[in-house]
Amino acid sequence: MLRKLLIGTALATSFAFSAHAADVKEVQMLHWWTSGGEAAALNVLKGDLAKEGYAWKDVPVAGGGGDAAMTALKAMVAAGNYPTASQMLGYTVLDYAAAGVMGDLTETAKKEGWDKSVPAALQKFSVYDGKWVAAPVNVHSVNWLWINKAVMDKIGGTEPKTFDDFVALLDKAKAAGVIPLALGGQNWQEATMFDSVVLSTGGPEFYKKAFNDLDDASLKSDTMKKSFDNLAKLVTYVDPNFSGRDWNLATAMVIKGDALVQVMGDWAKGEFHAAKKTPGTDFLCYRFPGTDGSVIYNSDMFGMFNVPDDRKAAQVALATATLSKSFQSAFNVVKGSVPARTDVPDTDFDACGKKGIADLKAANEGGTLFGSLAQGYGAPPAVANAYKDVVSKFVHGQIKTSDEAVTELVKAIDDAK
Amino acid sequence: MSTVATTQIKLTPERSRTSVRSRLQDALPKIVLAPSFAITIVFVYGFILWTIYLSFTNSKTFPSYVITGSRAYQRLWGWTFDTDPPSSWYTSITNMGIFGFLYILICLALGLFLAILLDQKIRGEGVLRPIYLYPMALSFIVTGVAWKWFLDPGLGLEQTLHQWGWTSFHFDWIKNKDFVIYTVVIAGVWQASGFIMAMFLAGLRGIDGEIMKAAQIDGATTFQLYRRIVIPLLRPIFLSAFIVLAHLAIKSYDLVVALTSGGPGGSAWLPSNFMYEYTFKRNEMAVGSASAVIMLMTIVAIIVPYLYSELREKPR
Repeated sequence: MLRKLLIGTALATSFAFSAHAADVKEVQMLHWWTSGGEAAALNVLKGDLAKEGYAWKDVPVAGGGGDAAMTALKAMVAAGNYPTASQMLGYTVLDYAAAGVMGDLTETAKKEGWDKSVPAALQKFSVYDGKWVAAPVNVHSVNWLWINKAVMDKIGGTEPKTFDDFVALLDKAKAAGVIPLALGGQNWQEATMFDSVVLSTGGPEFYKKAFNDLDDASLKSDTMKKSFDNLAKLVTYVDPNFSGRDWNLATAMVIKGDALVQVMGDWAKGEFHAAKKTPGTDFLCYRFPGTDGSVIYNSDMFGMFNVPDDRKAAQVALATATLSKSFQSAFNVVKGSVPARTDVPDTDFDACGKKGIADLKAANEGGTLFGSLAQGYGAPPAVANAYKDVVSKFVHGQIKTSDEAVTELVKAIDDAK
Repeated sequence: MSTVATTQIKLTPERSRTSVRSRLQDALPKIVLAPSFAITIVFVYGFILWTIYLSFTNSKTFPSYVITGSRAYQRLWGWTFDTDPPSSWYTSITNMGIFGFLYILICLALGLFLAILLDQKIRGEGVLRPIYLYPMALSFIVTGVAWKWFLDPGLGLEQTLHQWGWTSFHFDWIKNKDFVIYTVVIAGVWQASGFIMAMFLAGLRGIDGEIMKAAQIDGATTFQLYRRIVIPLLRPIFLSAFIVLAHLAIKSYDLVVALTSGGPGGSAWLPSNFMYEYTFKRNEMAVGSASAVIMLMTIVAIIVPYLYSELREKPR
């Protein structure tokens, strides 16, 4: 009896599948873009898809950095309940692709010409084993200075071109009684700043060898030691109360004119926009001194999962919409980043955005586009976090000298590899 | 039971019905308990075993089921002795020691002290008691955020006192790698001591007034009365309070996150923070599982002697 019932059910289900019910016109999207500006940026995509008749099922998991979202994703995937797409960062995409749960968008990619328009450095994370598994949404770049123009005018500063210029500028601010450097003392912020310091101290070749290839000799080198010394120098210019501060509060210090400069990725621009400030008149964006011509990037991606066939059409629509030029422009104007394809016109972007787009294009062509180690685009998470630990312990004094920092860095990275 | 048996004998026609009923009644507690029993077996003990299993594999981002030996434990063991600069694991376990010791000690002392004061038959006890007890009703996240603002030198106590004119006042423990763990103790004690007070108060109320009177007649001073008679009589309460506090201390995670977000350079981590970081953020599930197993062993080391003494005293 039971057996018959089972067979019956099995048959019924197989019929249901072979009948291939009409495509599900819905995309299910897991993300952590819940704050005002980010949510507004995502609404652009929602609108684009609605025009094509696809409903949007939002699965927001709040928490900047996406730790909570990634835990939720892990649970969903473990239960076999894949979302259509999920916001993902760097190595996470590759981890999931290696686990065999990602979809395949190669056909769409060919049709849309992603191979040519998306920078090769990004394709390292969106293409796995020759198959497109993710659609990059934007490119953030990390090596920026954000400067309050009023304070800059007051102290008579000019754009710093070298690290020594930068230190001289910070000294001027200190003499004028302003907090020279706004920093949030959380490990990822300190490490993000250190990415730029290393690029500035050692140059592009060195950065790539040390932080993308994890070359032992470079990690141990005197240049790395010098980088730590430079970091220590910068830390002397922060206010005593910096530890544990959130990045946007540090940005607010620059916006209000309490501090002169913040070293932060271009998501900081979103904060300036929210405060109704314009680049050039209220604030200035320069590349971190000594890093002009190179871009340290991280990128938000929409990882595409291996969903049932009846949901594939919706997934293709989502991916196509994500990488369409109009969306790339509209979204990134709001988000503060630059488009993930290099052939998007920069007409709608502000001065900083235009510079960002030009820099990205140049860096892509010149081979100086590098993944940020602090942001998880330089090495797998275990290594990236070990790195953040060392930098943070150095900034806060558990690690006392740059010699010790270099030894610890090599040890921590070896241990995590 | 016996009433059921007698009815069975008297009412033979209804015998079968009653026997079904009585059997049902016998089984009812088991039926009612079965779901929660099954849930506990699977979600507590099953997952404990699963975690132990995972700690011997090489699981990274996802669980892997190939046993590869005790490398995770070896790494933890190595980190235990990395004191300069301190490894994250070393920081976590020393913080556990500092936090656990001070938290339990201060909560017990403060709780007892407040209970004794409240027990002096004062007016307004009904108002005071809930005031002390209220913090326990808050979640650790709320406590953490409130104390974070209060202790922040740029926002809270220090800033306020500077505005009032005491400009030399300096209290930046929450920003200091060496002292940040003590701010976790402060917030934790604030939250739990009221609850411990309530436990002691209940204990004090349970002490026979005759004993106290007899002691007073014998000429005992108040201090002697408490030291020699009341506190020894409160021994079972001390034990219960200790167990409650010990497990609160070992499982605290949210307080550290909300209050310090890990502290400068990770200096406020407790083992639970270590476990979460390694399992979910660093994709080193095996190391995370191993640290969870070590935490479990610590709790077992505390709970088992307690259970043993409790169960042994029962038949008396």
